Amino acid sequence: MFAQPSDSVVTVVVEPASPGFIVDLFRRLRQEPLGVLGLTLVLLVVFCALMARWIMPYNPDKIKVVERFDMPSAIHIFGTDSLGRDVLSRVIAGSQIALGVGVFSIAVALIFGIILGLLAGYGPRWLDNFLLLLFDSVYSFPTVMLGLTVVTLFGPSLETLISVVITIQTPGYARLIRTATLSAKTSEYILAIRSLGGSPWRILLIHILPNIIGPVLIIASMDIPSVITLEAGLTYLGMGIPPPAPSWGRILQDGFDNIRDAPWIVIAGGIPLIFTTLGFTFLGESLRDLLDPKLRRIV
Amino acid sequence: MAAYLVQRIGLSILICLASMCLLFAALHAIPGDPATIMLGSRATPEMRDRLNHELDLDKPIIVQFTSLIGNVVQGNFGTDIFSQRSVGVEIMENLPDTLILVGTGLGWAALLAIPLGCYSALERGTWIDRLTGILSVGTISIPSFVVAIYALLLFSVQLGWFPVIGAGDDGNISDQLWHLVLPSFAVGLGWVGYLARIVRASMLEVMSENYVRTARAFGLPEMKIVLHYALRIAILPTVTLLGLAIGGLLSSAVFAENIFARPGIGKLIVDAANLRNYPVVQGAVLSTVALFAFAMPVSDLIVAWLDPRVRAAF
Amino acid sequence: MSVAVHAPETAAPILSVRDLSVRFGSSRGPVLALRKVSLEVLRGSIVGLVGESGSGKSTLAMAVMRLMPSNATVTEGGIQFAGRELLTLPAAEMQRLRGDRLSMVFQDPMTSLNPVRSIGNQLIDIQYRDRQLSQFEKRRKAADMLRRVGIPDPERQLGRHPHQFSGGMRQRIAIAMGILEKPELLIADEPTTALDVTLEAQIIQLLRELRREINGSILFISHNLGIIAELCDYVVVLYAGEVVEQGPVRELFHHPRHPYTQALLECDPARIEEVRRELPTISGDVPNLLRIPAGCVFAPRCAKVYDRCCSEHPVDRAVGQGLVARCHLLAEGAGA
Repeated sequence: MFAQPSDSVVTVVVEPASPGFIVDLFRRLRQEPLGVLGLTLVLLVVFCALMARWIMPYNPDKIKVVERFDMPSAIHIFGTDSLGRDVLSRVIAGSQIALGVGVFSIAVALIFGIILGLLAGYGPRWLDNFLLLLFDSVYSFPTVMLGLTVVTLFGPSLETLISVVITIQTPGYARLIRTATLSAKTSEYILAIRSLGGSPWRILLIHILPNIIGPVLIIASMDIPSVITLEAGLTYLGMGIPPPAPSWGRILQDGFDNIRDAPWIVIAGGIPLIFTTLGFTFLGESLRDLLDPKLRRIV
Repeated sequence: MAAYLVQRIGLSILICLASMCLLFAALHAIPGDPATIMLGSRATPEMRDRLNHELDLDKPIIVQFTSLIGNVVQGNFGTDIFSQRSVGVEIMENLPDTLILVGTGLGWAALLAIPLGCYSALERGTWIDRLTGILSVGTISIPSFVVAIYALLLFSVQLGWFPVIGAGDDGNISDQLWHLVLPSFAVGLGWVGYLARIVRASMLEVMSENYVRTARAFGLPEMKIVLHYALRIAILPTVTLLGLAIGGLLSSAVFAENIFARPGIGKLIVDAANLRNYPVVQGAVLSTVALFAFAMPVSDLIVAWLDPRVRAAF
Repeated sequence: MSVAVHAPETAAPILSVRDLSVRFGSSRGPVLALRKVSLEVLRGSIVGLVGESGSGKSTLAMAVMRLMPSNATVTEGGIQFAGRELLTLPAAEMQRLRGDRLSMVFQDPMTSLNPVRSIGNQLIDIQYRDRQLSQFEKRRKAADMLRRVGIPDPERQLGRHPHQFSGGMRQRIAIAMGILEKPELLIADEPTTALDVTLEAQIIQLLRELRREINGSILFISHNLGIIAELCDYVVVLYAGEVVEQGPVRELFHHPRHPYTQALLECDPARIEEVRRELPTISGDVPNLLRIPAGCVFAPRCAKVYDRCCSEHPVDRAVGQGLVARCHLLAEGAGA
């Protein structure tokens, strides 16, 4: 099929990953300035999402028409929007949506991807070919187009959005797992276990999976920014999570409609997106750079 | 060569077919009557029946599918529910605008990225290289529609340098170009970083190859070595990647067209989606999938034209 | 110090390397790849440079061409080419020399030739300095040279690419490139190592014929003693970054003085006279260039080692008919 970059990324590391490995990784991360920046931004967003209820100055849904379009001030740090809602509170609440959708969809996509990838790699040839065709077809869809199509059919809602993200992300992970499974299938280590009578499922779960989960997790975490972007983007177009949910995309949409009168709304809506995407990307890149040389030494 | 081409085109057709299957399955997977869902609860029974009839939803599934394929092959993508015009015509009206936007966006990105990537590779470790690296990662990750909105805010609304909406007056090239500046900037910004990184990585690899060493051993001027010996080979992975870039480009175009109110497939599809105008959405999606599926063999062809080793392999 | 002893009637050297030492910086410490290497190539002669892998042969070639990697430093010594000191030459001057008066043929022609450029274009590229020649004339010159190195139907081959030729043909093309501009010195870095024996013989034959025509000198690098014996006038033996022996080919091969040279010749399967059960080898390994032993560099593997070898570094001595070797055994009265 079409060769994907992921086909060459993952090589099977047949060595158990230890917890000390993770600690050591983060210690080395401290020396990368971009990585530290990324980690800080990510922690900031995670903090907002977890502590939203306690740190929001106002109720994000509380409408106060009298206070429409208030400029940023001591009372409302990011000002108010077209319905008088406090923008800062909405931004903080939006972090819950962004991270929630992002982490949840990727987690589910990972699970599906692992199952499908294992099936494709370990199963019969025809299944592999069929699944590959399925993966590539979905992969070929420009993501936003796919989202728009599904929303046209099913109507905008949180569930629809999450389903779209899961559908888009699964083929990529499935392909990765498939590649790793294929190469592991023929590794001597695995052949030895099979000759000792190990069953295929046991091999898959206990031997193959733990070794490839590391790089796969890093790749998955680098997908978080694009998933968050997709959610915000679709919501911005009116095709994502319906109002009044304070998704950052919704804030951007509201702000855009009033860009001349209240430019601060759009600025406030874009900043968290930028922080989040930059943060996860810097963090992911630094982690991957740190992980790569180590992998190279082992493999 | 011919056999390879046939195989690739066959693959592309297969992908298009599979996409149609998926769309078809999605259409019929929704619980309840597709027409009701599309028209919403305000639909009267007559409207529902008319829609069902128009979309052939009242016929058996097999017939629907075969007629869908038959229609698509003939270029008939159905009828716009609201305007009653042919979807195919609407798409053809809007496609050129999108292609222009995407072309200019990618064009300026490549024109900037290739020299940047080369320079970074040749002057590795300098502050320009490091700065380019950080900016690359930054611009890749920031959502393009946020860039578009901010660009609009700063350069159009606040500073008034560029027009806010539209594609410019017909026939007035300079006006149209002026309208193109901000949107193509937004579309291309993420690509500059991405392409620069790839060019840099390829150049680094190529510059350490033996044939570059030979060229130096024969005292060839550095510029000739960089252009004809190194870049000529390093550019090949980038070309392949550009073929795959169409998908992402089209997604960016959707946003840019909506933010800057430009005509194009992006605007068409979003407006249609908002109105649940399914035939238009289906038609637009199928055409973009086709574009994408055939862009890849085309970029393979270009690589074959550039690299005689690939030519020889077939 | 080098004591170049050639027949007195030959001309001044085209290449003179004096006490050249090269150091590589590595993460594990400095690697002294070449230590006080001295050799000369007289005009019109073919000098063979013999050594195992890792002896520093290619490093020496790269040093002469000034194409060493960035972590290499010349710590002492000089390289003179046609009377000019190369190491202090401005980069632009050096670039002018390369491909014109000084050129090189590399070991692996598949990776040394540009895969996406036709060989005709590559041959024409080299001629960029000839501003008087037209494009047509450059093409013809290229075709003529291809014919000369034994490539049939050269006009048609000009448009082809390296991967369309066999290994032997590619090496001929590389040689054609090397001598196209009639260099005064051609450095051939193991040009036949990647080829099988038949092709090897053909290439050697080609070089022998060309030698008459190009009127230049060749520095021929190889680890194959047989070829060196066939082709070269003068031989330099390199071991672990030092020249342990050098001299006229006949004298060196018939009466080698240095234990390493002797061992090398003994190990050459083509020269074994008795029927034995095992092939002779030199015991031990090439020394780790991070930690050069004090004393003679070959001492750890030498069959004739004695106490002085491990503590004192031997100096060059002239012996026999024009040989120069560095071995304590050559000191007065300690054997001939």
